[in-house]
Amino acid sequence: MNTESSVYTIVYAMILVVIVAVLLAVVNQGLKSRQEANARLDQQKQMLVALNQDYSNSDPAVLYQKLVVDTLLSEGERANIIMFEVENQTKYVLRLHGQGLWGGIGGYMALNDDKNTVFGINFNHEGETPGLGGEIVTEKFRSQFFGKHIKDVQGNLRSIAVLKEGKMADEGQEQVDAWAGATITSTGVSEMLASNLQEYSEFLNDGHKECYKSPICEKKKQDCCQTKAGTECCKAEKACHQCKCENCDDCKDCCAGGCEQCCNNGCKDCKCCDKGKKCCDNKNNDKE
Amino acid sequence: MALSKKTKEAFLGPLNVNNPVLVQILGICSALAVTVQLKPALVMGISVTIIVAMSNVVVSLIRKSIPSRIRIIIQLVVVAALVTIVSEVLKAFAYDVAMQLSVYLGLIITNCILMGRLEAFAMTNDPLDSLMDGLGNGLGYAWILVAVAFVREFFGSGKLLGYQIIPDSWYVANGGFYENCGMMLMPAMALILVGCIIWAHRAYNDKEAK
Repeated sequence: MNTESSVYTIVYAMILVVIVAVLLAVVNQGLKSRQEANARLDQQKQMLVALNQDYSNSDPAVLYQKLVVDTLLSEGERANIIMFEVENQTKYVLRLHGQGLWGGIGGYMALNDDKNTVFGINFNHEGETPGLGGEIVTEKFRSQFFGKHIKDVQGNLRSIAVLKEGKMADEGQEQVDAWAGATITSTGVSEMLASNLQEYSEFLNDGHKECYKSPICEKKKQDCCQTKAGTECCKAEKACHQCKCENCDDCKDCCAGGCEQCCNNGCKDCKCCDKGKKCCDNKNNDKE
Repeated sequence: MALSKKTKEAFLGPLNVNNPVLVQILGICSALAVTVQLKPALVMGISVTIIVAMSNVVVSLIRKSIPSRIRIIIQLVVVAALVTIVSEVLKAFAYDVAMQLSVYLGLIITNCILMGRLEAFAMTNDPLDSLMDGLGNGLGYAWILVAVAFVREFFGSGKLLGYQIIPDSWYVANGGFYENCGMMLMPAMALILVGCIIWAHRAYNDKEAK
């Protein structure tokens, strides 16, 4: 056969492309579920690292299921804020994503229930230079963040700056050292923290401590509160503060910015004054 | 299995006298990118070896049917398909390794050693010789990568494969006398090291030839 004729060339190219396309499609479809499971497990592992959990001696998936409480904020399939319970304490894990030098960087930041103190953090990257930008994943870099605060003393959201040794952050902002030789990646981490925390500012500044945007209640377009029985959605005609809350026998206002105090009277009389910072009885509303 | 002289030569040649990096000066770009640490260099070397060998065999099998006018495109399609399949399989069965390789895996397609071997060898030789040629060239490339990465990681970060080799107490920061050589982490150092290896290699082989 003449392998140099135009017809042969065209037919050959078409057949080859079809074979390769079918092959790739079969491989992709056949392995998809496994790949997705791997990707999910990888995310769970990263969150466990952010929560300072050692999973070397146990199954990470089981440990994750044991600790996870609820997804508070999600974007499509992807969970952005997840609530965990570690040693009887509430921790929030926030998903981070940004840009490094060569590609995307990301991570998970675990906050204490004050939504201010960093409990742990984990970073990942697509292809930062090994030995330089790639070192952001190391314990040495990560551990600098532990115990830092993302808010200043007035409670304003400030993020944490990643700065070269010797440089000082703005007044009221806490900082960690950049990785030497990885200026752009370090700046990327700093910007990622600032922009992502700003994105979550509604959550971080919100007093809804127990249950921020429970997906179940969101679907019903209702507010939610945490009760002893679990997450409860308030019916539209019933004000949110009528939900019973965990720490009070009777009630704690869950809606208007989250009152910390319990009301003596019944739930009906429980109202918030002082910009929702304090809970007070109806009668004393003006005084408090 | 007794291998013919030609088959042996196809495997052993690229390891030394006809080394793709040292003699043909191919695949230099990836030598810069992945040799800061030993681990990615090792994985990259192994991946390239596997893919060169596999694509050499595939192209050698269909070499008589390939229309010469589109042969480069056919070779590219074969390589690209193989790289994609390997990357999919890694993601399904060795997720950590796949994440580690990330961009490098895609970069294999552009490695000139691959195209060079397909065009220069697999198109005109039978599958067994092509397999040996692929393995030889891949390993010839891998050992240079590993040698460069060894020097760069050891002197650049005092580690090997991520394990600290130079004791912490030696460092100036901890009151010692030692300081890592930051130059080693720069891409230019890979070129200088490859240059040094080429120099040693030439000097040695010239002496042998005499």
